[in-house]
Amino acid sequence: MEPLKKNNAPLGWMGIHRGHQARPVEWLAEKLIFLVSLSAIAMVLLIFLFVAREALPVFFGETNTALVQQIIPTAELDKHSDAEIQRYLELTPEQFKNMDKETLKTLMDVKIEALNDVPENFRNDPDAHVNTTDWKYLLKAHQWNGYDQPEYIWQPVGQIKKFNIIPLFVGTLKVTLIGLGFAVPLAVGAAIYVSQLARPRIRETVKPMIEMLSGIPSVVVGVFALIVMASVLQKIFGYQTRLNAFVAGIALGFAVIPVIFSIAEDALTSVPRAYTQAALALGASRWQTSWQIVLPAALPGVFAAAVLGFGRAIGETMIVLMVCSASVMSWNVFDSARSITTTIAAEMAEAVNGGPHYRILFMLGALLFAATFVSNMIGDFVIHRFKNKLEGKR
Amino acid sequence: MNAPATKHFRTDKFDFWSFFFSGLTGLATLFILGILAAILVNVIYNGWNGLTWHFVSSIPKKDFFDAKTTGVLPMIIGTAFRVIVMTIFVIPVGVITAVYLTEYASNISIITRIIRAAVNNLAGVPSIVFGLFGLGFFINFVGKNMDNLLHNSSAVWGQPALIWASLTLAVMTLPVVIVATEESLKAIPPGLREASLALGATKLETIWRIVLPQALPGIMTGGILAVSRAAGEVAPILFTGVAYFMASLPGRLSDQFMDLGYHVFVLSTQSPNIEQTRPILYATVLVLLILTFALNIVAVIIRARVRKKLRAQS
Amino acid sequence: MAELFMPKLNVPEGKNSEHTALIEFADLSLYYGASKALKNISLTLGEKVVTAFIGPSGCGKSTLLRCLNRMNDLIDNVRIEGACKIGGHDIYAKDVDVIELRKRVGMVFQKSNPFPKSIYENVAYGLRLHGVKNKSELDGIVEKSLRSSALWEEVKDRLHTSALGLSGGQQQRLCIARAIAIKPEIILMDEPASALDPIATARIEDLILDLKKEFTIVIVTHNMQQAARISDQTAFFYIGELVEFGATSKIFTNPSQKRTEDYVSGRFG
Ligand SMILES: Nc1ncnc2c1ncn2[C@@H]1O[C@H](COP(=O)(O)OP(=O)(O)OP(=O)(O)O)[C@@H](O)[C@H]1O
Ligand SMILES: [Mg+2]
Repeated sequence: MEPLKKNNAPLGWMGIHRGHQARPVEWLAEKLIFLVSLSAIAMVLLIFLFVAREALPVFFGETNTALVQQIIPTAELDKHSDAEIQRYLELTPEQFKNMDKETLKTLMDVKIEALNDVPENFRNDPDAHVNTTDWKYLLKAHQWNGYDQPEYIWQPVGQIKKFNIIPLFVGTLKVTLIGLGFAVPLAVGAAIYVSQLARPRIRETVKPMIEMLSGIPSVVVGVFALIVMASVLQKIFGYQTRLNAFVAGIALGFAVIPVIFSIAEDALTSVPRAYTQAALALGASRWQTSWQIVLPAALPGVFAAAVLGFGRAIGETMIVLMVCSASVMSWNVFDSARSITTTIAAEMAEAVNGGPHYRILFMLGALLFAATFVSNMIGDFVIHRFKNKLEGKR
Repeated sequence: MNAPATKHFRTDKFDFWSFFFSGLTGLATLFILGILAAILVNVIYNGWNGLTWHFVSSIPKKDFFDAKTTGVLPMIIGTAFRVIVMTIFVIPVGVITAVYLTEYASNISIITRIIRAAVNNLAGVPSIVFGLFGLGFFINFVGKNMDNLLHNSSAVWGQPALIWASLTLAVMTLPVVIVATEESLKAIPPGLREASLALGATKLETIWRIVLPQALPGIMTGGILAVSRAAGEVAPILFTGVAYFMASLPGRLSDQFMDLGYHVFVLSTQSPNIEQTRPILYATVLVLLILTFALNIVAVIIRARVRKKLRAQS
Repeated sequence: MAELFMPKLNVPEGKNSEHTALIEFADLSLYYGASKALKNISLTLGEKVVTAFIGPSGCGKSTLLRCLNRMNDLIDNVRIEGACKIGGHDIYAKDVDVIELRKRVGMVFQKSNPFPKSIYENVAYGLRLHGVKNKSELDGIVEKSLRSSALWEEVKDRLHTSALGLSGGQQQRLCIARAIAIKPEIILMDEPASALDPIATARIEDLILDLKKEFTIVIVTHNMQQAARISDQTAFFYIGELVEFGATSKIFTNPSQKRTEDYVSGRFG
């Protein structure tokens, strides 16, 4: 064979001493790839930052909804501290910083006008004097004017806006727990069947079909629940309100079944063959093996599946929004309920950008984000430990 | 499972508990499949008649509740438009992240673990929170600042727009693309990478010429899954770009748009006459389902193949 | 310039005495994490010589081979002590460009691993990497490489079909063609024929004897007859240590170590 031309033949093996910085493009590309891969982290941080940013004034008590307030005459602008004026005008610190004296004075004039505009009959209403975005009113029951006992009320419209978030929490929990109570047994049962008892052919067809269920958009599930399921369930259980937390919960269950199923199925299949073979060799039947050996071994995984399912259920919006929406403070499953997600979705459009209602909706979003963050962390942690343990034992 | 011994135990004598247990779990499986079937049959049965060429190709006047004149063309176009723009952003970022995680990162390093945790977390963030994020970050922060910089007299970017809806969806579907791409990268035999490196290819050349072409089916699956997920999502676009009604089709990135999923929501909850709206509601649902579901089935099939290949190797 | 570093190789007997040394391991140890896989190996291999590494499974043959093109760099947690020199240059020196090194030290793997591309593209891959763009030049080198790996006659009519359609033996020869296309000076072969039938193995062996005129070859094999047939020198390893190194004829007929004798005569391993 003819010897081929060699690029650096004269140098001999000296040629390998090119130095590792010899490829700037490669180096640059590597750094870029690394930077891009940080975007997932950046996004999580940004989500937290910007949802919390809009909600911050609520946390720091910088919002004020009291209709009747002490008027600060425009001329007295200089007599009050910056912080006082900022709170009085309900501005964020940065907004406040960017404003010159003239703008502030105009805003104060507007404010005075608004305060003077409050109808006479409200002036005597004790509720008109309180800031309903105070934590006390957000969390605790309050006896509003005209009510004969303290109540938890979410009612962000009208002259006196009531922002008690407890009914929303109750509504969310109610719907979520019904959904989980429905979905967990079904999904785990199916996961046991598919992973332990079904023949491979059946497994190969059933698994993708259940995964397909997660591909149905939630508005479609919502339509089905609204039109078909609501009537069917009402006929079966014979309750009063056609659209209620129960229907929403079951429909929510449809959406979380695939999530719980795939994680539980994965956990069950990852229990080593050696466990089951040993049990079978000792004469246990297949269901005994599944029930007494596989399920206990996979229990952390199944638990994690339920936790992650909870995270998914608590964040589902459209189904609950379509099926039930009235916010009532009641633990009765056949009453209506309004979840946190629904509230945000339904009310953001009518909330004034930057106003107290807007801020409280963002605060609800931040709480929701925190709740799912925690449940995801727990779920992932449990799965991680479960897998490590299995691998250690194998 | 497959040991012959198991069969022996099963057929030996009738065992009540075994029967009960298999029956119960089997019923659970059947029930889930039943739900799937019920939804599909219900939608197809009720939507089939309304699904005419006229329906999918006409632009409705202001009153889209009128079954005779209504159509869903603007919604189909709006949904397609926002999803395509999303894909342009999410695929490169997702693929590059997956490449970093499988090809460059060492599994024990802290930063890798944080990235993985972030991806997992992103996958679990409720879609309505993405909507809030889009409003708080893209519109109220990025958009408003863009308007200030460009000295726009009225809000052009600092208001709901197609680009912000698409970007919000891109953030939401990032984990879908990352996970699918990673799965397919892991399915590529390490021998191919070694062969390329041993020929004096750099890591980047190996990834570009050998690894990525091989991973293409997986990347496509990821893209399709992301598209089908995003196409059906309504919550993230509620405050970031969707419009109740638009007289014209969206043409620019700063336009608002009509959307299939949102239209389903509107038809089912805000109709003045529920009985009359039902046929067009179901027809719209069917269009949405066909779009998202067809994509999903394709993705599920490709993914099943990739997984089989993966299992054959391990 | 490099010649300065090349001492005459001190081979005890026979045909190889005129070869200059090319590869030198000096007190080389390699750790996978905490476990020491190679223990203080010192060994000098000649230029344009076929050297066989033999020894029981897990003794570190592949590990040592992969030191020569630094493929071990790809594994996390690998640590190397001592030196490994080629042509007098320490290939683990700070300023060495691994990519440049791997261009000059080709490798053929145990399991044939053609790229899922056409036969032509497989051979042309390395050339394109290193900047050959001219079509006729590419065609020429591809043909030459396929001829010298004795594959040309079998595939010349289907150069542009997928390489995955070839038989196992053909695939392995394609991998050899792919390696020699970029004209390395050293070719490393890790059990290149272990997955092949006797006829395909014989063809690979013929090929190696042919390639020896051009290249320095280091081959790992479990097949004693193969080592005896094709190699000039043989190194016998045992659990990370070099037990004996010398001319193949001597190792197989008159080894100086008891363990070597036991192994080559098939009493253990
Ligand atoms: N990536 C790795 N990580 C940790 N240990 C390894 C790794 N690769 C090889 N080893 C260990 O190093 C030792 C030498 O392995 P090596 O593959 O070099 O043996 P070998 O002689 O090529 O064996 P065989 O003939 O079976 O191919 C073995 O004990 C092996 O377990
Ligand atoms: Mg080996």
